[in-house]
Amino acid sequence: MMELIRDGFVIAGKDLRKEWKTKETISVMLIFSALVVLVFSFAFDPANQTVKTVIPGLVWLITIFSALLGLNRSFASELENGCLNGLRAAPIDPASIYIGKVIANFVLVLFVQMVSIPVLFILFDYRFAGSLLWFLATVFLGTYGLIIIGTFLAALAVNAQNSEMLLPVLLLPLLSPLMIGAVQASAAFAGGENMESAMSWIQLMAGYDLLFTAVCLLLFEYILEDS
Amino acid sequence: MKLKSQIIDWTLFYILVAAVPVMMYFIFIWSPVERVLGPAQKIFYFHVGCAWVAFLAFFVVGVYSVFNLIKPKMNHFIYAGVSAEIGVLFTTVTLLTGMVWGRISWNVWWSWEPRLVTTLILWFIYVAYLFIRKMDGRWEKIARLSGVFGIIGCLNVPIVFMATRWWNSKLHPVVFGEGKNETGGGLEPEMLFTLIFSVVTITILYLFLMRKGAEIEKMRTRVKQAKNKLLQKWAN
Repeated sequence: MMELIRDGFVIAGKDLRKEWKTKETISVMLIFSALVVLVFSFAFDPANQTVKTVIPGLVWLITIFSALLGLNRSFASELENGCLNGLRAAPIDPASIYIGKVIANFVLVLFVQMVSIPVLFILFDYRFAGSLLWFLATVFLGTYGLIIIGTFLAALAVNAQNSEMLLPVLLLPLLSPLMIGAVQASAAFAGGENMESAMSWIQLMAGYDLLFTAVCLLLFEYILEDS
Repeated sequence: MKLKSQIIDWTLFYILVAAVPVMMYFIFIWSPVERVLGPAQKIFYFHVGCAWVAFLAFFVVGVYSVFNLIKPKMNHFIYAGVSAEIGVLFTTVTLLTGMVWGRISWNVWWSWEPRLVTTLILWFIYVAYLFIRKMDGRWEKIARLSGVFGIIGCLNVPIVFMATRWWNSKLHPVVFGEGKNETGGGLEPEMLFTLIFSVVTITILYLFLMRKGAEIEKMRTRVKQAKNKLLQKWAN
């Protein structure tokens, strides 16, 4: 078990070091999330008071859109020079490849969120009224679930020729229960209303995360198997 | 073996030939007209039958996906795919009849009600599953990938249902059981009988379509194999 996670950290370190040197994915993700905020300001009038209630939900739209960019790259970039075959041939458990990719993607998306959520709140002049700690917990749980499923499906979609187009179609329906919970809970915690009911959403998200962590870890070796 | 499967096919076919007109008779003539909704309520019998088959088909996809991961077999692969295709068909019918019915009884085409949302998301998962099957590659590989997705999709359906239920009811407790089916709580005995009859008939239709679909799919693979063999022969 410890070895699994240690190998995972090695792979995550490799991905993150590569990202640190080239900055090709993270820069696109950041600019893209800023552009999404810009488009929101056209769609929802920022001066309108009723728009304030949907802002916490928009956090998740930004997260999903920018995460999709990163997830698409995370396995597609391994196709060059047959790196994926190298990973397959390495004397490690396939699950640790998965863990490594999850950690790397998670760090990238959290970084993008650290920039984009404050930008969203500032540009739309959102007054935070609830509990910051629980809001962050919601963001953490929701993003973790997104990355768990997203990384898994990115590995699945990379087998197709049109993987960039396939990934969103596979990912979004499976994410829907998590996203319902995430949007509801983050709206409650940011607005400071219905905090008790939001706790059940947190539980739902935690359950979803645990279930899919286990299932994806178990099934990942079937995806990676070469044929 | 071949004769046996032909006999099953013919029996299913003749049962359907007999049962569908009887079902129509029960639905449109025999069963009483609903007091509030009028004749429009008749769509209910088709709606429930199709919804049941849609969920059943998805369950079948899940079961064959598990089989496929344990031991890849062409038959399991074909059955899972055919079941998904029929599932898309029946989910579409469920959604459409549900919309027509909703327009009449709730006066809106669509309401974000738990069962509706669950069915819609189910439809999307089915379509995504079929997209995976359209990938090119060897069938063992596609069987494995689509099997993995089928399992995850199947696990997701109950969670979606719970989530949409909480979402819509704002976490108020929902009483399990029959629920209101717009017929005023209980069903007339004739209505209940018609409902059960139509559900059974549509399930038999599903079985029949499943067998026929699998047969066509098998023929398709056989033709493909023969073609490849011929091409190889010519190339030599």
